[in-house]
Amino acid sequence: MPSDIMTDLFRLDEDWTVEQREVIAQVRRYVDDAVLPCIGAHHNDETFPEEIIAGLRELSIFESIADQSLAPTTYGLVNRELERGSSTLRSIVSVQGALVMGAIQQFGSDEQRSEWLPRLGRLEAWGCFALTEPNFGSNPAGMETRAEVTPGGYRISGAKSWITNGVRADLAVVWAKLDDTVRGFLVETDRPGFSASAIKGKWSFRSSETAQLFLDDVEVPASALLPGATSLSSALKCLAGARYTIAWGAVGAARACLEETIAYLKERPQFNNQPLASHQLIQYKLAWMATEIVGMELIARRLGELRAQGPLDPAQIALAKMNNCRKALEVARTCRELLGANGIHNEYHIGRRMLDLETVLTYEGTEHIHALTIGAALTGIKAFG
Amino acid sequence: MKIVVLIKRVPDTASVFQINDAQDGIDTSRLKFVMGPYDEHAVQEAVNLKVAKDGEIVVVTLGGPDAKDKLLTALAMGADRAVLITGDGVDSLGHRGIAEALAAIVREESADIVFAGKQAVDDDGSQIPERIAEILGWSHASVITRFSLDGATATVDREIEGGQLTLEVPLPAIFTTEKGINKPAYPKLPNIMKAKKKPMDETSLESLRLSATDLCNKVSIGQMSLPRQERLTRILEGDNNTQVAELVRILKEDEKAL
Repeated sequence: MPSDIMTDLFRLDEDWTVEQREVIAQVRRYVDDAVLPCIGAHHNDETFPEEIIAGLRELSIFESIADQSLAPTTYGLVNRELERGSSTLRSIVSVQGALVMGAIQQFGSDEQRSEWLPRLGRLEAWGCFALTEPNFGSNPAGMETRAEVTPGGYRISGAKSWITNGVRADLAVVWAKLDDTVRGFLVETDRPGFSASAIKGKWSFRSSETAQLFLDDVEVPASALLPGATSLSSALKCLAGARYTIAWGAVGAARACLEETIAYLKERPQFNNQPLASHQLIQYKLAWMATEIVGMELIARRLGELRAQGPLDPAQIALAKMNNCRKALEVARTCRELLGANGIHNEYHIGRRMLDLETVLTYEGTEHIHALTIGAALTGIKAFG
Repeated sequence: MKIVVLIKRVPDTASVFQINDAQDGIDTSRLKFVMGPYDEHAVQEAVNLKVAKDGEIVVVTLGGPDAKDKLLTALAMGADRAVLITGDGVDSLGHRGIAEALAAIVREESADIVFAGKQAVDDDGSQIPERIAEILGWSHASVITRFSLDGATATVDREIEGGQLTLEVPLPAIFTTEKGINKPAYPKLPNIMKAKKKPMDETSLESLRLSATDLCNKVSIGQMSLPRQERLTRILEGDNNTQVAELVRILKEDEKAL
């Protein structure tokens, strides 16, 4: 039987609707056929997996985001299955979907929505989300990028860092201070003064195009301003959408690690020609991981239910993102250890997943920032900012 | 133009199979099921034909309620309507009965073209579409790798030993698809969500009024067993001297090869 059925002790996959099962099956098939065979080489070579984009288009994942045809939990399952392939793949989708399309959907004018959402949905245009700066990560309120009013619109100057999809983006959602208020702007990346350079030398997310952006007096028309994005909290709302996809994605990464590890442990004999899987200390670790994964998935599911009922509370998102990323990384590290020396070799996916999950733990809000959000909700006392 | 596609719900061949307690079938309780991989090519070919020439695609299968899931896949891929032949007796039908039941639907639908996978990947009977052609008195071409249509004549390629055969087939006709014929597209996720709104009709086996002869299954499964494991892999541990000594011991004592 496929290992996912074996490891699904809580029968979590059994009560999905027929459509959800079909969505899971098709995204999984895409990951098996198009992503897993090539993603390891791209990680090694630090190259973008161009050949996996056709399948994303075929599945029309972004069109489903544009027309909001997937319920929150179904959308979560898509992310779970994508990250079963790679955290960088899920990230590509989170940025284009939750951050860029999400910003335009929530805060754009009708003109901005009709101009950009169909193109972004069909992947005829790529987008990136430019919030983080070289000097301001966890504290975006300190951002140094500035916008000023000109006769024709706005002039924007500043630098942004760690921007996923930044090199290939046709459109950047740039957050900048106008007077002292953080506002969002839609900036076409071919405007004079805009440049992007790839950040090379990463240990993690090597198949993702991460960029530094430089805006040197970039002139944009008045219509570039996202009218609904009136403060930093608008940017944070976009991040909440991305964190939702991350909380689900982490479940997929952890499940994939466990499944690959169990298959390995059953194959490899050690001590008296018995498979590693037959040893007690190893079974303890497998049991611990399976239990954590059930917990992660139940948290993601509950988050989906809450999201279907209305906007999520920041503490709810923070709890799910913090827990699931930390646990996924612990699972990946444990699996790496259980594979012994083979765990550090690229013949197996575990090492790549583990390295990528370091990024997933850190980006879109570090564990500490999420803990402070939860702490403030529990105590009523804000211990930051 | 009416295109009928015949599909079958089959176990994923990546599954690990176990024999049931009665030793006359597969234990299906924890198997993962998919649409027959060759059937996917049949659905895709119908979708391609519809894009080129217009028409209606009706996807048909026979089985229990679980078979609906795979009809949904075909609807998401682009079929317009689905028919499930179900009810008492479907599980015990033999090849003849299955062919008669499916032929009855093809006749009822007044199909011009039928596509089906060249074989299901479960029992590999590889005879249902050909039987249907015989029952209906239609032309058929099996295991095709290319399909084109000009008026009421289809031109198809078949790969044969050392070459290729090109056939001209007058419609109505039935074709079974080989893998190379097309590349099935992943269904669009929005279409998966919309697929359930497309019509899915259920027809009871009884309502097809097949004769007792048609329904009689002359072939029965005596016993089913897993293939005997012919090759065991053993990995020898230790330094070269230890490994060689162990290998010689295995060849002499265990395998009696020396």
